[in-house]
Amino acid sequence: MQFLPPISIRESRYLPSRWDLLAALLVLGFVVAFADASQLLTQPFALLAQKRISLSPSHLPEYALRTALRMLIALGCSLLFTFTYATLAAKSRRAGALLIPLLDILQSVPILGFISITVVFFLSLTPGRIFGAELAAVFAIFTSQAWNMAFSFYQSLRTIPDELEEAGKLFGLNAWARFWRIEVPFAMPQLTWNMMMSMSGGWFFVVASEAISVGHTTIALPGIGSYIATAIAARSLPAIFWAIGTMLIVILIYDQLLFRPLVAWSERFRFDQQQSEVAPQSWALTMFRRARVFRAISDIFLAFIKRTYRLAPPAFPRSVQAGAVSADIVWNSALALVTAAALWRVGVFVERNFHLPDLINALGLGLITMTRVLVLIAIASAIWVPVGVHVGLRPRLARIVQPVAQFLAAFPANLVFPLVVSAIAVWNLNPDIWLSPLMVLGTQWYILFNVIVGASMLPNELRDASTNLSIRGWLWWRKVALPGVFPFYLTGAITAAGGSWNASIVAEIATWGDRTLRAHGLGAYIARATAAGDFRKIVLGIFVMSFLVTMINRLFWRRLYAFAERRFRYT
Amino acid sequence: MDSEILLNVNRIRRAFPKAGGGELLVLEDVQLTLREGEIVGLLGRSGSGKSTLLRIISGLSCPSGGSVSYLGRLVEGPANGIAMVFQSFALFPWLTVLENVQLGLEAQGLPPEEIRKRALAAIDLIGLDGYESAYPRELSGGMRQRVGFARALVVHPNILLMDEPFSALDVLTAENLRTDFLDLWQEGQLPIKGVILVTHNIEEAVLMCDRVLLFSTNPGRVVSEIPINLRHPRDRQDPAFISLVDRIYVEMTAKRAEATAQRRERFPGIGLGTILPTISANVIAGLIEAVGAHPYDGKADLPDLTADLQMEVDELFPVAETLQMLRLAELEGGDIRLTHMGRRFAEEDPNVRKEIFSRALQSYVPLATHIRRVLDERASHMAPKTRFLDELEDFMTPEAAEETLRAVIGWGRFAELFAYDDETTTFSLENPQ
Repeated sequence: MQFLPPISIRESRYLPSRWDLLAALLVLGFVVAFADASQLLTQPFALLAQKRISLSPSHLPEYALRTALRMLIALGCSLLFTFTYATLAAKSRRAGALLIPLLDILQSVPILGFISITVVFFLSLTPGRIFGAELAAVFAIFTSQAWNMAFSFYQSLRTIPDELEEAGKLFGLNAWARFWRIEVPFAMPQLTWNMMMSMSGGWFFVVASEAISVGHTTIALPGIGSYIATAIAARSLPAIFWAIGTMLIVILIYDQLLFRPLVAWSERFRFDQQQSEVAPQSWALTMFRRARVFRAISDIFLAFIKRTYRLAPPAFPRSVQAGAVSADIVWNSALALVTAAALWRVGVFVERNFHLPDLINALGLGLITMTRVLVLIAIASAIWVPVGVHVGLRPRLARIVQPVAQFLAAFPANLVFPLVVSAIAVWNLNPDIWLSPLMVLGTQWYILFNVIVGASMLPNELRDASTNLSIRGWLWWRKVALPGVFPFYLTGAITAAGGSWNASIVAEIATWGDRTLRAHGLGAYIARATAAGDFRKIVLGIFVMSFLVTMINRLFWRRLYAFAERRFRYT
Repeated sequence: MDSEILLNVNRIRRAFPKAGGGELLVLEDVQLTLREGEIVGLLGRSGSGKSTLLRIISGLSCPSGGSVSYLGRLVEGPANGIAMVFQSFALFPWLTVLENVQLGLEAQGLPPEEIRKRALAAIDLIGLDGYESAYPRELSGGMRQRVGFARALVVHPNILLMDEPFSALDVLTAENLRTDFLDLWQEGQLPIKGVILVTHNIEEAVLMCDRVLLFSTNPGRVVSEIPINLRHPRDRQDPAFISLVDRIYVEMTAKRAEATAQRRERFPGIGLGTILPTISANVIAGLIEAVGAHPYDGKADLPDLTADLQMEVDELFPVAETLQMLRLAELEGGDIRLTHMGRRFAEEDPNVRKEIFSRALQSYVPLATHIRRVLDERASHMAPKTRFLDELEDFMTPEAAEETLRAVIGWGRFAELFAYDDETTTFSLENPQ
């Protein structure tokens, strides 16, 4: 089982289709609309008075609980989104043509830049204010998980064997029943895996989204993220350590109580009958299964679902049918309307705010950040590929290292600010270089993780054959190990690179108490615009970053990925 | 024969440590000599340790006791001069045919021109001309295995080890490749001096080998050595060929029957600690039906039966043995004969069959009786799987305990003797409606 790379990587066409362009336009229109709304509303809020965040460790359990709950709610929303959006995209020819490119563009939008826009927007939605901030935080986590999960589900729906669907139809299951009895179970193992991996990223964003200042509006929701931010502002090292410890415990609990059981449970839905090497085990799952309470709850749920089968199915748009012409007309004109609205929105925004020097400036900074990402991924690869191969070939070691890597991937960069800022100050280092490692702090682990999986999947007979032929040293790396893990490495590197772009927004500016260090780059540009509440620059920054990420995905990663799939996969 | 001794396997023993202490003996006291110009076949069921022995000979794996010497020198790691052909070909999918073949030569650090020359020669010899730049995935199974042969031969080994090289191929392709290999070998075109072939296909062994060593299972031992002095090219229809195949069949069954008989003397009947094979009740019923029906009418010759059912002897044996254990059939000198209960089973409808099977289980499989009794005694009529697993692990490895329990669960379900819920891993008496 492996993590799915972004959509644009797996597509076969190189040139953007008109659907890609339309999707890009719609996303941009959406961002602009958000920004416009936020711009209007940013003034009256001023400082949002919240309960002060206390640095006393005794408050940490409460903060941790709140943060964990936000994660859970976001996960629920992501699931709901996945089940509807991906189903629509897979079942409807018309919707799929637009929804999938849309998902691709959404994946490239930097979440941390987007938060600043949505925060103000959500605050404006709710008079209760705090509730609005909560919504914004949940939305941030949602955006870090939903795209990937939806894509995974879409992929599964597209690869369901026909005979399964046909069997369902023969037994008279309607579309709604087939969805719950065939499609969801079939997609479960892959979806669970993607959920678990997205969750690691989610921790990173929850920390960033709980404490945020946009112009005059400062928000600090009670939670671990705010605790960390307060600790950094107060230069409290003990508090940082408390926060690290709490994060560790919360992630561990999530893993043991939610994901291990899910992975072990979803194992039974694996369609390819082959047993995985070691069947995943979970003590929590065993406990859930044995306990009467959980049984009773799940029985009620199942009975409820079964009852709904008898209701009329919600009509999924049927693909290619007689008399579809009129539906086509309706769909196309709706699309044209939305497109016109987006065009108008973007047009007005550009007309009012666009200055060519600004764009050139942002593009230049984007190129700096891009260089940084590529160099860091190269360095991280040089370190973690050999380590990953070494670990992956030793199953016992791999079982220890894998969960550790997963935890480290969830580790928010600002936890090491104290270390980095002090070090740069003491040795008087160049922040443009020495702040950079923060960008891959959390993302490099995807490389390690995937290489371990790849190395452990190297067939035994190939290893025997290379031993029998006395292949050793550099020849072994060149002809056996590196090609063997390459496709896995690539997925890891693509994920890491995407994550690093995102992380640049927190990593290119580091603060410790009253001391702030800045590197030049697009991340710092967006972060500064956020702090200043300059929505014009935020939108420009998001646009340039999405553009660069999409371009690199299409022109660089996709070619490599297609090549790797063609050449290095075992059949 | 005055030919040179290439390889000497001396009293090899191989054991794997068990999780709960103790060890699992896979090979015991194996002796083997390979002389120049010989093809020696290792024949036995899967699990008889043949492949383990091959890995030890090639230096991929270490013996727990005994030694292997090649040309008088001890083998203590991958030895130059011993090459291997694998069952699943083991080609590197990211290298072309030519690159796959060149790999072994590159490891030896030869100059590039020589590497190329020798690789092309090997490709030419093995009939892969024109495929040099193809990737393995573009080739059919037979062509892939040819690459496997070329890759092994190009390093000019003295000994070629073959681990069931034809068993992943379809019948026609396998025959074609075997014949080509034998032709090259007979004409002396191959740069090798001796071959060891691991197989479970008796005909293949008789077709190719000069000598066949029969292996027993648990632990693997050489139980007999059968020289094959037929002239090449050998003909499967030749009466001498057929009688040799039959003789090996009989010897394999006889040895096994003997072993079973010995076991029975030591323990009256099978005990709680007997490892049971995971064989589906459907397969058991299928075999009984096949033997009970025309033309066998209750008594069948095993070689005929295997050919008729298009099975390998390897697959059929465990089923036949299970029938014997349940006293539904008897094995004797290469024959299988249904008992009275077996005949009734063959004739009756599903409900009676379940009853017969249930009675056989309760009489002859102590573990099934034991599980049933525990369930009967408990007020809840339920028991966790671990309860029995722990008991079994006193006698066997955890893996074997799992397998044994899986077998008995399958049979118990068929006989409706007890129910088992895999979600909660509990046994119970209630069958869901």
